[in-house]
Amino acid sequence: MSARERVLREADEELLLRADPGGLTGAVNSWDLSTGVDGPGTRFVVFTGGCPLRCLYCENPETWRMRDATRTTVDALMAEIVKYRRFISVAGGGVTISGGEPLLQPAFTGELLHRCRALGLHTALDTSGFLGGRADDRLLSDTDLVLLDIKAGTPDVYRRLTGRELAPTLRFAERLAELGKPVWVRYVLVPGHTDAPEEVEGVASFVAAMPNVEHVDILPFHRLGTAKYDRLGLPFPLADVEPPSADIVARTREMFQAHGVDAR
Amino acid sequence: MTVNEAERTTAPAAWQGFQDGAWREGIDVRDFIQRNYRPYEGDGAFLTGPTERTAAVWAKVSGMFAEERRRGIHDVDVSTPSSITSHAPGYIDHDRELVVGLQTDAPLKRAIMPAGGLRMVESGLAAYGYEIDPVVRKIFTEYRKSHNTGVFDAYTPEILRARKAGIITGLPDAYGRGRIIGDYRRVALYGVDRLIEGKRAERARLDSRPSTEDVVRDREELAEQLRALAELKRMAASYGFDISGPAATAQEAFQWLYFGYLAAVKEQNGAAMSFGRTSTFLDIYLSRDLAEGRIDEDRAQELVDDMVIKLRIIRFLRTPEYDELFSGDPTWVTESIGGMGEDGRTLVTRTSYRYLQTLYNLGPAPEPNLTVLWSPRLPEPFKRFCAEVSIATSSLQYENDDLIRPRFGDDTSIACCVSAMETGKRMQFFGARVNLAKALLYAINGGRDEITGVQVAPARPPVTAERLDYDEVRAAYDVMLDWLAATYVDALNIIHYMHDKYAYERIEMALHDHPVMRSLACGIAGLSVAADSLSAIRHANVTAIRDATGLAVDYRIEGDYPAYGNNDDSADRIAVELVESFMEKIRRHPSYRGAEHTLSVLTITSNVVYGRHTGNTPDGRRAGEPFAPGANPMNGRDRHGMVAAALSIAKLPYDRARDGISLTETVTPAGLGRTPEERAVNLAGILDGYTDAGGFHMNVNVLDRETLLDAMENPEKYPQLTIRVSGYAVNFVRLTREQQQDVVHRTFHGSL
Repeated sequence: MSARERVLREADEELLLRADPGGLTGAVNSWDLSTGVDGPGTRFVVFTGGCPLRCLYCENPETWRMRDATRTTVDALMAEIVKYRRFISVAGGGVTISGGEPLLQPAFTGELLHRCRALGLHTALDTSGFLGGRADDRLLSDTDLVLLDIKAGTPDVYRRLTGRELAPTLRFAERLAELGKPVWVRYVLVPGHTDAPEEVEGVASFVAAMPNVEHVDILPFHRLGTAKYDRLGLPFPLADVEPPSADIVARTREMFQAHGVDAR
Repeated sequence: MTVNEAERTTAPAAWQGFQDGAWREGIDVRDFIQRNYRPYEGDGAFLTGPTERTAAVWAKVSGMFAEERRRGIHDVDVSTPSSITSHAPGYIDHDRELVVGLQTDAPLKRAIMPAGGLRMVESGLAAYGYEIDPVVRKIFTEYRKSHNTGVFDAYTPEILRARKAGIITGLPDAYGRGRIIGDYRRVALYGVDRLIEGKRAERARLDSRPSTEDVVRDREELAEQLRALAELKRMAASYGFDISGPAATAQEAFQWLYFGYLAAVKEQNGAAMSFGRTSTFLDIYLSRDLAEGRIDEDRAQELVDDMVIKLRIIRFLRTPEYDELFSGDPTWVTESIGGMGEDGRTLVTRTSYRYLQTLYNLGPAPEPNLTVLWSPRLPEPFKRFCAEVSIATSSLQYENDDLIRPRFGDDTSIACCVSAMETGKRMQFFGARVNLAKALLYAINGGRDEITGVQVAPARPPVTAERLDYDEVRAAYDVMLDWLAATYVDALNIIHYMHDKYAYERIEMALHDHPVMRSLACGIAGLSVAADSLSAIRHANVTAIRDATGLAVDYRIEGDYPAYGNNDDSADRIAVELVESFMEKIRRHPSYRGAEHTLSVLTITSNVVYGRHTGNTPDGRRAGEPFAPGANPMNGRDRHGMVAAALSIAKLPYDRARDGISLTETVTPAGLGRTPEERAVNLAGILDGYTDAGGFHMNVNVLDRETLLDAMENPEKYPQLTIRVSGYAVNFVRLTREQQQDVVHRTFHGSL
């Protein structure tokens, strides 16, 4: 079995794990405050543990397995979030549930979103959309913004990159469009993988048909996560891939713009 | 005819068009501003770039900087002790300059000021290959005593030990104390004759009082102030200006005001020679001239640019050790911009924008130290503009106007980095700082120095348990801090007695009211190291490792502890308690001239030197490792980002640290957002949130680590790269290698 196969099999296990159905505790890797990267303004970001995808370029391998995360109660997290409520409301911003994949623990994620919304905080969900089917209507109604990571434009490349199918993400995107839910699409630009015109075109034409997408963030691939792989004793599959040149980033942006999509 | 009508008819023509009020009867610049300024709520679209004239003057003087950097100083006059009138007029480019006046007869040529201390002058000269004129040396050894000599005549052996060990450091005992801001606006508004008249009246009010020591000193000081004002007029006359009357035009207002400041920097080599709060005052003159068609926007900006060029080349002769402590060649020409008025109107004017615009027109620079008095209620376009300037230049610092205004009023200027002063009404006795981290080690070691083993503080039983017990250490620390506070205030009282006696700031004090309010500005360094050490002792297992003489020289830490800077009360409360209790201890000791005791949490860049002189600490910091600057958390221990760190610092109570609490943040551009617009909005939002939370001061650097690394290797590519460190902006390429490394290693907040 290749290293990649082993990693993908391990990802299958994440799908079988039972999250707390009541949603009062969850597997949380860490939390942080960030500005301008995880949604608008300054945000309290919860990184949940566990992910069913194994993206080749993943910069956070420490968030792959639920069992490596800390069991945390919603109450404990809310106690932390409340400390920032005033700051966030003055500075502008909100709360983002990110991961890992937060929809691996939909009840927990839903409860967090619900309580944050009740505090009057802007809420965002950062997801690959692969488990979009697990997000019920209540969860989505408690979410002000979805950061949707569409990782490739064709099923083959998506499968090679993530180990999963593209279709569930597209189905989730269509559902968000029907709901008129604001979406920021993320597209990680990886030379040799997602910089091919058919990949960009695939995402761009799909997104162009979604009036609820406010813009697309083109995120140039980087290797800053390499040290984490070393620490975990894992090989970083893209260790030899260079970040995309400014020209490729500009070309990609233009391809999105050609479809009338605001790409940044 | 009523009195008012009589005055109106005799009011100088220079005041034509100004609303009258109390400012006409007495010296009251604030009243003049309030009645005459026009708040500006718009954006920066009206601003103009540098004119050819500005570019030429700036090119001429900035072309000399490379040579100055190479040689350390460009030139120096070794035989003329500087005074208001000591040097012939000097120019950068006489035909092109709009505001004239230099400290000596040539740009970047430094002067000597031996009244502060001959030793400082001699070693400063020696460092750059010069020697003092023997006549000057003879005068200041045989005939004239200096401040420095006076201080050492009165120091006690205990103070000398504490000073040598580096537990009390940076004391202004060999150099000018600075941090006194003359209200230079008075020169422009009233002209010098009226100021002389006012000072005579103040002096006359003392005539009937018995000649006690205090009264005699006041009379002598007022006489010195009067003498200085007369000299100010003479200096201006040497440049061809009669400043006995008020300024009649904007150009005159800039010139008069700058002459007032120039007189101060010709006579005092103060640690910080701050400029005040001048932009909105000068805006009144610019607006009048613009309205009357005398000038256009280009000329208005030119006047600002030209004056700022002058402020950028203020120079003092200092020793390399001094520069190492404070980084580069600091002068702290701090100018306070913006803020809100007590009546709810903003004090932002177009000239507030024009001052900030100099960072574009002339490029980034550490001086003047541009300081924005921030309130969430400032006009949104101004907030956005400030954030954009910060992102582009890293040259601004921010102070909390909503904390300052209720305590000091809306005509407050920042002295040095973070010290709020009612302009023209309050001065401070600058007191540098004590090393709280080292004091903790002294507590554990019964007053012996952890590096030398010397008994510095009075001997006390050391902590002898292997595993450190929080209550025992805290109790010993309390006793040690009692000693430190007593010794510290003692030293400061001596220093300021002698400074008043031998190096009195005549012209700066002539531009203050009499009697003046005074603060005794104490300070602390190493707050985060001390707080984390105590947190480690309380929450983890800390065992002391002792040498053969029983001196604790290292600490083993098992387990985790909550660190200051993560918005976690269990650690932050320790830092709060330290500030509160040290302030209490300071306050117990009577101060010279009844000054109000205050405290700052500020290190500027001396955090590097303090760290070097402090052994291993119980928080896990290694001996010699730099402290965090100001009130910052220790490098790398703030694990939840800039906002969590900022909210920890915001918990430190300003009312117990009224001399200011400094936070330095360095963030990558990507750490603020993806587009320039987003970044500006987000940074303004962070400043709003921090100010709202009660945070006092923030330096903002927006930089890539790669840029700094490249600048270390290729300094010639980055002559103007400016970064902010604990209340001050410095030229990065002028820092020592060690300081540069400290900046690079310091926590960068930014998402990767």
